Amino acid sequence: MAHSRRNFLKAFSTVSGGLIIGFDWAANKAFASEVIKTEAAALNFNAFLSIASDGIVSITSPNPEIGQGIKTAFPVIVAEELDVDWANVKVLQADLSPAFDRQLTGGSGAIKHSWERLRKAGATARQMLIEAAANKWQVEARTCETSKGWVSHSSGKKLSYGELAEAASKLAPPTEVTLKPVDSFKLIGGFIKGVDNPSVLTGKPLYGIDLKKEGMYLAQLIRPTAFGMKLKSFDASEAEKMPGITQVVAVGNRVAVLGKSTWQIMQARKKINIEWEKDGNLESSSDHDKLFKEYLDDTSKAQLQRKDGDVEKAFKEAAKIVEAEYQCPFLPHSPMEPMNFYADVRADSVVLAGPTQTPGRARASVSKLTGIPEDKITVELTKMGGGFGRRLDDGYAIEAAEISKATGKPVKLIWTREDDMTGGYYRPAVRYRFKAALDKAGNITGYYSKGVGINTGNPMRQDNFPAGAIENLLIESYDHKSTITTGPWRAPITNFLAYAEQSFLDEVAKTAGKDPIKMRLELIDKVVKNPVGKITYEPERFRVVMQTAADKAGWGKKKGVYQGFSVYFSHNSYVAQIAEMEKKKGQPVLTKVYAVTDCGIVINQSGAQNQIYGAITDGLSHAMYGKLTFKNGEPLEKNYDTYRVIKMPEVPQVEAHFIDNGIDPTGLGEPALPPLGGAVANAIAATTGKRLYSQPFNMADDKVESYL
Amino acid sequence: MAIVKLKINGKAYESDVDPEMPLLWYLREEIELVGTKYGCGIAQCGACTVHMNGTAVRSCVLPVSSADGAEITTIEGLSEKGDHPLQKAWDELDVPQCGYCQAGQIMTAASLLKDNPKPSLEDIELAMGNNICRCGTYHRIREAVKLAAEKMN
Repeated sequence: MAHSRRNFLKAFSTVSGGLIIGFDWAANKAFASEVIKTEAAALNFNAFLSIASDGIVSITSPNPEIGQGIKTAFPVIVAEELDVDWANVKVLQADLSPAFDRQLTGGSGAIKHSWERLRKAGATARQMLIEAAANKWQVEARTCETSKGWVSHSSGKKLSYGELAEAASKLAPPTEVTLKPVDSFKLIGGFIKGVDNPSVLTGKPLYGIDLKKEGMYLAQLIRPTAFGMKLKSFDASEAEKMPGITQVVAVGNRVAVLGKSTWQIMQARKKINIEWEKDGNLESSSDHDKLFKEYLDDTSKAQLQRKDGDVEKAFKEAAKIVEAEYQCPFLPHSPMEPMNFYADVRADSVVLAGPTQTPGRARASVSKLTGIPEDKITVELTKMGGGFGRRLDDGYAIEAAEISKATGKPVKLIWTREDDMTGGYYRPAVRYRFKAALDKAGNITGYYSKGVGINTGNPMRQDNFPAGAIENLLIESYDHKSTITTGPWRAPITNFLAYAEQSFLDEVAKTAGKDPIKMRLELIDKVVKNPVGKITYEPERFRVVMQTAADKAGWGKKKGVYQGFSVYFSHNSYVAQIAEMEKKKGQPVLTKVYAVTDCGIVINQSGAQNQIYGAITDGLSHAMYGKLTFKNGEPLEKNYDTYRVIKMPEVPQVEAHFIDNGIDPTGLGEPALPPLGGAVANAIAATTGKRLYSQPFNMADDKVESYL
Repeated sequence: MAIVKLKINGKAYESDVDPEMPLLWYLREEIELVGTKYGCGIAQCGACTVHMNGTAVRSCVLPVSSADGAEITTIEGLSEKGDHPLQKAWDELDVPQCGYCQAGQIMTAASLLKDNPKPSLEDIELAMGNNICRCGTYHRIREAVKLAAEKMN
């Protein structure tokens, strides 16, 4: 049933802090009175919620849950406007459905996109319940009010939503609804626990890897041993005789092993003789290091990303020039749940199920693969055991469909951890060169940066800070096309760019003899007074997070504490961080990270704090230890024994603060990660005097490991 | 193949299985207790942690035959109603993000508290220090273990 954004018209006026919203109900009248089956007859007010006669409100969360807390945050917004007791809310995960748009998890964009839609969904239902009560009591709707799932009237009459649900469903839907003033929120901004906690904590099947369907076979794929290799031939005669093994087939460039038991499939994989052959460049990390130097020096290998003023002149006239280069390696995403997907390709339909950030993309790709139209393909969304961008890819869903198509069987494909780490779609490796021109007073008069990457696309964010604050600025990039596959990784590009930029700004401040925060604030002043060119950020919001972080951490006021500052704008949110180190028995130790975030209204304090703790831990883990090394196209780190991930004893304290400004909410799954690397590098420089120019830090300086 | 007798969450099982098959896959695929998770298969991440005769073990590298006759407890059997003090503390402090590693974390913590009902911060970090959480829920895990220990004493 069509229920697209057309159903929600734009706001047309504001009244006392609330919005009056027009609705195009013609488009979803059928929805308004549709009855869906729950314990009691439930009324589906729209695609988001239904109310049963016992008062239980079912709220459907359309977006895939990956650990970012969307399955809790979305229903909280609906429940707030509906004015219902959270204890009476049941949350359901939607499957892929035309009732929703933007059913994906990525770019920290879900809350920003759906904020108004979710509020309207709740408010519309609330208004219909009020009208139903007013009709019953023969009073005017405006004399009624709601609270915690009840409609009441000044006369003292009261009816529950459950009692009113049926009558409400028969009403003509309203043409406009009033949203609550932001300052009257009761649920939004509270500490709300994850709705999946009871299932997670008792081990209920939730994830794709837990999924079991009637008649399902298990499958694994053997991929080429290196990027740049392809399948030549294979002999599976021994493996096919092994117990529990159903079939071994070639699927494109890979060999699929089908069976009934994961363990048996793992054993059979070892018994298949495969010959691979060269299909492209077999690249090594040492080759990339050479290429980076070559490309940074070669002025012909530069794509212009932004040019303000005359940089050449600025450098000629500079009193001082600061120059530095920073490098970051390839990283796998390594979510705890390895890639997996279920596919049953039938004659004229396909059933798909599994953990994906992009169910619509998976369906489109499988439609293309099978020739079966999208409306004959269903996608069931399972909870995801992390993703960090890895599950934006639809490759493993397509693989499952390819195996099912080739064998005519319903299959669940599972990658092993080794498959996962060697399976590509990595965060690309990059190297940046920076140059800043300073005048005698230490002001930045010119700024140059060039980023080169391996399958990175544009590794720059040329319209982000400090662009806009510097009169003469030149930003360039160059991309090396490689056989090693890359993809978005939590806070794509900015997860390494921010470390490089924020480290460099610290070096500039040092050369200019300025305090790092004061220097950035001066730059913000320039943007406010006289912005140069296009900018993507709001300077005032930048200023507030910087100043608040300085206040909260007591910047420069603590004895024996060495501080490193970093601030970044990404995914429409602003995060300033201060990392603190202390010397304990002469030994530097990273003790604490302060994070001040402006993501507008915080929907759920608990979920928001979790995202800050998580992004800081993730950022530290990869800044410190993360590196995927290549030798002749082969990733050398294949499991957690060689690919090091941070553990509990190594995490510093984190203090998370949010700016309470009532602005519409923006993303939070990613923005706290980018600033971390810079904050820590700057703190290490402040403590030891040593500047770390490459990640992972433990390879740049072996002393660094002892700091955690 | 071999006959293996196991007592899992108080229930007796007898199966004819590959004796080398790790307990993890026996739990997940033979008797469909999927709360115990596969993360690395080489005892590095702790997502597969269960109790054997009351002690935390990594089920991904434990051949099912070496659990013959042993009492195994998984997350599904940690408490009858999901109300073990650790499960309650984990919920109260809203520890999980993606949640995938949490069964292993809780089983590791349960083993710690059984042996050491009043762990110090160092004891907690030592015991929990080999369980990976990619979401980075370590801060709240540490607090939740402390909270559960307080409530149990």
